[in-house]
Amino acid sequence: MEFVRREAPYLESKADVATMMLQVLVALIPAACAHVWYFGPGLLFNLIVATVFCAGGEALMMRARGRAPETALSDYSVLVTAALLAFALPSLTPWWVTATGSLFAVVVAKHLYGGLGFNIFNPAMVGYVVILIAFPMELNLWVAPRMGDIDYVGLSILQTINYTLTGTLPDALTFDAVSRATPLDAMQSGLRGMRTYAEIRTNPMMGDFGGRGWEWIGNFFAIGGFWLLVKKIIRWQIPTGVFAGLLIPAGLMYIIAPGSNASPGFHLFSGATILCAFFIATDPVSAATSPRGRFVYGFGIGFLIFVIRKWGSYADGVAFAVILMNMATPAIDYLTRPHIVGHPRRGDRP
Amino acid sequence: MSAPTYDLGKLHGGLRLPGNKENSTAAAIQQVPVPAHLILPITQHVGDAAEPIVGIGERVLKGQLIAEPYGSLGAPVHASSSGKIVAIEPWPVSRRHGDTAPCIVIECDGEDRAVEVAEILPAFETLPADFLLSRILQGGIVGLGGAVFPTAQKLMQATTCKLEYLILNGVECEPYISCDDMLMREYAEKVVGGARILLHALEVGSCYIVVESDKPEAIRRLGEVLGDLNDDRFVLKQVPTIYPSGGEDQLVQLVTNLEVPTGGLPTDVGCVVQNVGTAAAINDWIIDNKPLLSRITTVTGDGVAQPMNVEARIGTTVADIVNFVGGYTDRAEQLIIGGPMTGKSVTTDRVPLVKATNCILVLSEAPAGGTERPCIRCGDCAAVCPVQLLPQQLFWYACADDEAKMRSYGLLDCIECGCCDLVCPSHIPLTADFRTARARMQEQADEKARAERARQRFEARNERLRQEQQIRDEELAKQKESARKAGPDAIAEILMRRQDPPDEDR
Repeated sequence: MEFVRREAPYLESKADVATMMLQVLVALIPAACAHVWYFGPGLLFNLIVATVFCAGGEALMMRARGRAPETALSDYSVLVTAALLAFALPSLTPWWVTATGSLFAVVVAKHLYGGLGFNIFNPAMVGYVVILIAFPMELNLWVAPRMGDIDYVGLSILQTINYTLTGTLPDALTFDAVSRATPLDAMQSGLRGMRTYAEIRTNPMMGDFGGRGWEWIGNFFAIGGFWLLVKKIIRWQIPTGVFAGLLIPAGLMYIIAPGSNASPGFHLFSGATILCAFFIATDPVSAATSPRGRFVYGFGIGFLIFVIRKWGSYADGVAFAVILMNMATPAIDYLTRPHIVGHPRRGDRP
Repeated sequence: MSAPTYDLGKLHGGLRLPGNKENSTAAAIQQVPVPAHLILPITQHVGDAAEPIVGIGERVLKGQLIAEPYGSLGAPVHASSSGKIVAIEPWPVSRRHGDTAPCIVIECDGEDRAVEVAEILPAFETLPADFLLSRILQGGIVGLGGAVFPTAQKLMQATTCKLEYLILNGVECEPYISCDDMLMREYAEKVVGGARILLHALEVGSCYIVVESDKPEAIRRLGEVLGDLNDDRFVLKQVPTIYPSGGEDQLVQLVTNLEVPTGGLPTDVGCVVQNVGTAAAINDWIIDNKPLLSRITTVTGDGVAQPMNVEARIGTTVADIVNFVGGYTDRAEQLIIGGPMTGKSVTTDRVPLVKATNCILVLSEAPAGGTERPCIRCGDCAAVCPVQLLPQQLFWYACADDEAKMRSYGLLDCIECGCCDLVCPSHIPLTADFRTARARMQEQADEKARAERARQRFEARNERLRQEQQIRDEELAKQKESARKAGPDAIAEILMRRQDPPDEDR
């Protein structure tokens, strides 16, 4: 009898990149719901615009590179890029801003570097940084979160779509009426204006830890993140590194000078800290790859976030921190190679 | 003493795989009858091919030596039943390299007549170690765990080292394979008997018998035998069911918490590892005078009608063995000699059972696995690598064919266990890629060595020619000098002599 020939091992891998990416998207659902509840339906339109332009950009680039678009689209990594970019944007963002970021992320940061697996930088963060620098106005306008705020003005779905498409608000509303400085912004400018941390915190928008709305969205990111940890889609080293890198210096500074520094709890729950720790920094392609290296990489991101928030000119520093550490990845990987079984350990006599 | 103990070293990574062993362990070991033909490859071990000492047409008896060990790493081949030699020719086999190998083909007469036992050995305890080792060589015994390193040579090497432990490997960590499990269940006393001979031959004071936790029956039987023996040199150890705990170096690390140095052997850390099947074969040969003529093998997978363990004569074809267990099912599409992680897939069932064949695995065609995608550096491969390599980085350097980097990232330490393949979400055939990279590296090294040899030869030749030329030039110069001194008459005479050489010079 004749048989087919294959190469060992003959058991099939059950893991799949596409499944992993879909699981990451599922893990974002709780936070997406919270986001819509606190900041209105804007996130959904950002998601739609980002997805259309990211996927379209990928399809065009694959064609330009002479490959079948579906081979790249079917791994769903582009959807994760779109989702992360959408989460980074204010809920009210004109579509051309989102589109610019999306195209830059996929066309330049991903495909000009060779596509999935070859991109040095996290595509979503590159896209975000480009529009943050190009359209600072649009990216600093966050609507006020729901709950407790006296001057909360919710926009209807139609009004949100209208703003997304045309960049204009209904006549009766000015942007000042709907938008608010983010807690991070308020904290940074407050501290630099020589107000004390306790004083700034008296503003009801500061919430319990990191600002109304923000802290709850953070909690839902954490739920998704823990689920990914349980599913082993991500490993503990990077999130732990990010938290340690941010909270240790923040904690030390807070102990030394509690008046002029935000508490570690504020750093943890405000801005994109938790999103970064579980979803952005854990992008495996642009992260360090050895287990110890991943902790170092995460720690570096956390530390840079702290540095930028404390002394930098941006209120949050996640995107810059991630991109800077992306650059350090090859060096980190080289310096943190694990001990190969049977090789002499450092300190052994040759 | 016989209670399992757990003071184990750490092994990095590994996988808990579905065992799929229950199907083949339900029934006792069955004996496959003498087939019509036996196909005996002259190389069934790692090392130098044996030298056939029989001719075509010659009649042989069961147990008769038909090929002698040749070279320093050789093992003999015996006729595993009586009959007539009908051919010595290339035949399809399952091996690492190449698809065919020279085989001695015996047409069996079905009488299964054995050679006369030459001598009954006295009790092994009274025999010197050297004698036991050379005797083991004559028995054709090789490592039956699958590596088939000639046992005698392995032991001889070991006696040159400072030894602390003999480790009997009853781990059998690869899915589907259960021949060692069944052997330990049914012949535990032979395993322990072989271990006692080995302890004596190696002059070692303690022996660990290591069994994976998914074989409670084997552990119970070994415990009974050891309890009756009451020999405090033996310790029975149970290890968790994690693939690849049964790799030689991995087992040493697991049991002693010592790492076998890269490029080294377990003897470098004072251990000798032997498979339980090898120990039983040594017992058969030294105590009962039966050379290695048959082995227990697992016939299993969803492609065979009745999965079971059988004892078959070395040289029985896979077709005959599968026939014996009820034939193939309709789903049979792949034939794998060995386990599903490290076995070799073959295209025909004409291949014979050899000393290495611990499993005949017949599987349906695997469901179309995911398509291969680019590596996303998720590092799942590194998490399961028992040698703690970074397969994701190695893969990168293998693609770039960067030999220096591949070496420094430990390509040569890869044990090709296949764990990284099995967890790769991008379905990259990492093990196969590493195997190829290694082969290419070896090829390049060989090529370089060949080129170097050629260069040296060429330079030596040039040097020789130059020296000859120099000698000739000096000679000529001398002649000219002497001619000049002798004057024009002498020159004229020499020239004349040239034009009209004397007869005797012709």
